[in-house]
Amino acid sequence: MNAHDRSPDPAHEEDAAPPSVRRRSFLGYVIGGATLVAAADLTLADGAVAAIPTAPQPAEAYDLNDMLTDSCRPTANLITVTVHDDGTASFALPRLEVGQGITTSTAMLIAEELELPVSKVRVTLAPARPELLFNQLTGGSNTTISTYTPIRVAAAAAKGALLEAAAIQLGDTAENLRARNGVVHAPGGSSVTYAELATRAASPVTRAVRVELKDTSEFRVIGVGQSRVDARDAVMGRKDFTTDLQVKGALPTMVCRAPTLNGTPERLRNRAEILRMPGVRNVAKVDTGIAVRADTFGQCIDAIRAMKVDWKDGPVAGLGDADIVASLRAAQAALPAPPDNPLAETIDTEVLFYFRSNSAMDTNSAIADVRKDRATIWSGLKSPITAQQRIAEALGMSQDRVKVNVVTGGGSFGRRLFFDGALEAAKISQAMGKPVKLMWHRADDARVGRGHPMSTSRIRVTHANGEVLAFQQSHTSVETDFRHGLGEIISAMAADLPAGYGNLGYAETIFALTQEVPYDFGVVAQTLTETDDRFNTGSMRNIYSPDVRCAGELVVDQLAAAMGQDAYEFRRKFLRNDRVLAVLDKVAEVGDWGRPMPKGTAQGIAIHKEYKGASACLVEIDCRPRVVDRDIRDGVGGPRVTKVTYAIDAGLVVNPRGLEAQMQGGINDGIALALTSSLHLRDGHFLEASWDNYFYTRQWNTPPEVQVVLLPSDSGQPGGAGEAGVAATFAAVACAYARATGTVPTYFPINHRDPLQFKPKPVIPPIPQSPVNGLKLTY
Amino acid sequence: MPRQTFILNGKNITVDVHDDVRVLWVLRDLLGVTGPKYGCGINVCKACTSHINGLAFNPCSVRVGDLTADDEVTTIEGLPATVGKELHPMQQAWLDRDVPQCGYCQPGQIMAAVALVRKVRRVGRSVTEADLDGIRNICRCGTYTRIREAIKQGERHM
Repeated sequence: MNAHDRSPDPAHEEDAAPPSVRRRSFLGYVIGGATLVAAADLTLADGAVAAIPTAPQPAEAYDLNDMLTDSCRPTANLITVTVHDDGTASFALPRLEVGQGITTSTAMLIAEELELPVSKVRVTLAPARPELLFNQLTGGSNTTISTYTPIRVAAAAAKGALLEAAAIQLGDTAENLRARNGVVHAPGGSSVTYAELATRAASPVTRAVRVELKDTSEFRVIGVGQSRVDARDAVMGRKDFTTDLQVKGALPTMVCRAPTLNGTPERLRNRAEILRMPGVRNVAKVDTGIAVRADTFGQCIDAIRAMKVDWKDGPVAGLGDADIVASLRAAQAALPAPPDNPLAETIDTEVLFYFRSNSAMDTNSAIADVRKDRATIWSGLKSPITAQQRIAEALGMSQDRVKVNVVTGGGSFGRRLFFDGALEAAKISQAMGKPVKLMWHRADDARVGRGHPMSTSRIRVTHANGEVLAFQQSHTSVETDFRHGLGEIISAMAADLPAGYGNLGYAETIFALTQEVPYDFGVVAQTLTETDDRFNTGSMRNIYSPDVRCAGELVVDQLAAAMGQDAYEFRRKFLRNDRVLAVLDKVAEVGDWGRPMPKGTAQGIAIHKEYKGASACLVEIDCRPRVVDRDIRDGVGGPRVTKVTYAIDAGLVVNPRGLEAQMQGGINDGIALALTSSLHLRDGHFLEASWDNYFYTRQWNTPPEVQVVLLPSDSGQPGGAGEAGVAATFAAVACAYARATGTVPTYFPINHRDPLQFKPKPVIPPIPQSPVNGLKLTY
Repeated sequence: MPRQTFILNGKNITVDVHDDVRVLWVLRDLLGVTGPKYGCGINVCKACTSHINGLAFNPCSVRVGDLTADDEVTTIEGLPATVGKELHPMQQAWLDRDVPQCGYCQPGQIMAAVALVRKVRRVGRSVTEADLDGIRNICRCGTYTRIREAIKQGERHM
C-alpha cells in the first residue's frame, strides 16, 4: 500500500460491508527486515471502547499523525508479530502473566487472525519498553480489553503479507487464496506453507497496510475453550519463575528485617561472625535490612537467624489493630443527613474490614546484576517501566542503562504492581558488587509484603412506601498505594486532575471509576476517604470492590427484609441493568434459590458490576456447630461454603475455559475475605508469618460443589476476567452467613476477633528455622 | 566438606555440602532441580512436595545428611519415569482438567495427589471427599475445584 492510500482517520473506518459480514478496517504495518514482522499501534482502540477513558495519546513523545507522516520509520511503540521460517509465530506481550491466562488468550487472538494453530504461536513477556509509556501496565483486569484489537491487527497484517507472498508463489492473486492452519491454499489445489513463506513475505522496507479483521461470526478460535499454553511446562516442573532462573554468579540472597513494620537497620553487631558461617559470601546493609548472600538459601536463613542487629523502630511501633481502627473512625467523613420526610425510615450500617495479604506463592523475588555502569534485572513485574525508572534512580544511573526483564510470576493478586523485590535486589547487588538472586522469606512476604488496607464502609439508606429514596456509602480506608503509576484506564482521568492531588487523587479516581450501585435507589452517592500512609499496601485483587460491594449487598438484604421482600425478588425489582438482571436470574435458577435449608444453613445471593461485565453469585453456607468446630490441625475450619453457583456475563469471551478458571479462583478469594483471612497488627507488626497463620482458603474450606455459568453476551467487546469473581462471592457469603446465623457481621473476616488460632512466630529473629523432622512425616 | 550421596530421579548423586542444609536447597540451589518450589520453608505450604522411596515428603524439612546412599528421591521431573511414560496419569489429568493457573504450587500438588492415591490404596480404598479436604497443599490462585476433579480422574488411570 502506498502512502497516498492512507486514510486521514487511520485508526478505523467503516468499509463497504460485504452482504453477510460487516468488517472494519485498520491500519497495520509490515516492518522491514529479514523475516516477516507485522505490527500494530498498541494504542489502537476499537470505536466501541471509547466509552471508557482511553489511553492518553502520548503526544509529546509520539503522535499517531507523526507516525503516519513517515510510516517507513519503524515506530518504537509498535507491537509486533513475527512469523518464523519454521512456520511458527511469536509475540512479546507487554504485560505480565501471573496465572490469569493472558499468554493463552493472546496466543488465541493471534491464531485466530493469522490462521495458525494455537500451538504454533509462542507468546513471551516483553522486557520494560519505556517507549510504550502507559501501555505496559498489567492491572484492572484490562489486558484483553486494551490489547484485543491491536494484537489482532498485527496478526492480520502478517497474514496479509503471507497471502501476497503466496500469490507470487502460487501464480494467483491474494484475494483468491485462503489461509488455514498455517498453509495457504489456491483454488486449483496447490498450496504453500507459512514456513516456506516467512522470509519471502518479509519486506525490505516498513510499509503501512490496511487490514480487515474477522467478524465475530467468523471466529473459530476465539470463544472456544482452550487449555493453557503453559500448562504442560507447569505440570512437568519446567515452568520457570524468577528464582528458578540460573544467572551466572547470582547466588541466593535474603534480608534480615526489623522487628517492627518498616523499621530500619542501624548496625549489624556481629558482621565478622556472620561472614564466617558456612556458605556465607557477602553481607551488606541496605535501607530495608541486612542482606546476606550465600551458596544456598538455607545458609542465608541460618545467617539471618544468627544476626545481631540494632534497629530503628518503624512508624507503627507499639500500635495494634484497635489504634488503626480508631484513627480510621476519626478520619471518617460525616454522612449526609437523612431526608426530612416523616414517613422515611433510615438504616445506618458500618462494616469494618481488617488488613489482608495478597501474598502470592512465589514470594517477592528478583535477580539483579548491577555493574558500575549498567544493571540487569529479572523479576515478575506488572509495571516494569516504573520499576526501571525507580531502579535507575536508586542506582544513580540513567534509565537506559537498566535492562528490566519481565519473568512470569507465581501469582500476583495485585502484589506485582509494585517492584519491592526488584528494587531491593538492585540495591543489594550494588552494595555487594555481586549479582544476587533475592528471595523474600514467607514470613517477610506475609508481614512486610504489601496487602489490602484496613477500611470501614458506612452506608445510610432511606426508604419510604416501598421505594428507596437514598443510598449513601462512605468508604474510609488506610491509604491504598498506587505509586507504581497508572495505566491506560486511569491516566486520562488523572491527567485532568489539578496538580498536587498525588496518591489521593489517583485513589479517588480509581474508586470513582470502579464503584457503581446498579440499583434504582434514588439519590446514590459513594465516596472515598483515605488516611494513613504508614502501611505497605497496594491494589489487592478487585481493589475496593469486594469491601464496598459486601457492605452494599448486606444493606440490600436489610432493605429487602425491612420491606418484607425476598432478597432475590427485591434485587430483581430494583436492578436497573439488564445484564446484571440476567446473571442474577441465572444463578437463582441454576442454584435453586429459595429451596428449603436446614436450620443453621442458608443461601446468600449477591451481584456485582465491573470490568465491562456483570456477575452474580449464589452460595450455600453451613454454620452448624459440628461444621464450625471441625478439628483442623493448624488451621481454621469455621463455617463451610458448601455450594457456589456463579454466573458471569464477561462480554465477548476469548477463552471460556480460562474465564471459568478465573471465576473458580475468585470464588476462593471471596470466601477467604468473608470467613478466614486477615492480618492482625499487634505491637507494631503483623503477627501472621506463615500459611498456617494467614488462613487463605484451603481444601477444607473450599466448596465441594462449584458451578460457573458463562452467559452469552450481546457485547461485542471483551471484559475483564482476572478479578471478576471476588466481589459477588464475598458479598454472597456475607449475606448467607447473616441469614444462617441471624446476625449481620459488623467486621470481616468473621473470625478476626476469635482467639488466635496459631502461636505467633517471634519477630527476632524475623524468620523461622526450617524443621528437620520431614522424614517422620512421610505418607 | 561432607560428601552427600543419594539417588535423585533414578541417578546416583554426590554433592559436597554440609549435613544440615535442607534437601530443598541442595536440589534447587546446588543441583538446579527447580520443580520443587519454595513457598514457606517450614513444611506448611507443601509446594516442595516430592517423594522419598515412593512416599510424599517435603525436602524443606529434611537435612541432606539424613539421606542415605540408597534413598531414592523423586521430584516432579522424575515422576513420568516412574511409570515409563512421557507423563504420569496424574499429570495427564492435570492437563485434561487444565488445572494450573500460575502453576507455582502445581508440581507439589501433583506429587501430593500421587502419594495420596497410593496411600489409600495401601489400605484398600479409594480417595474420599474427606481425603480431598485433608490435602494441605496451598494454591493461592484457588484452583482447588479443578484439583479435586483431576485427582479423581488421575486415580482412575493410576
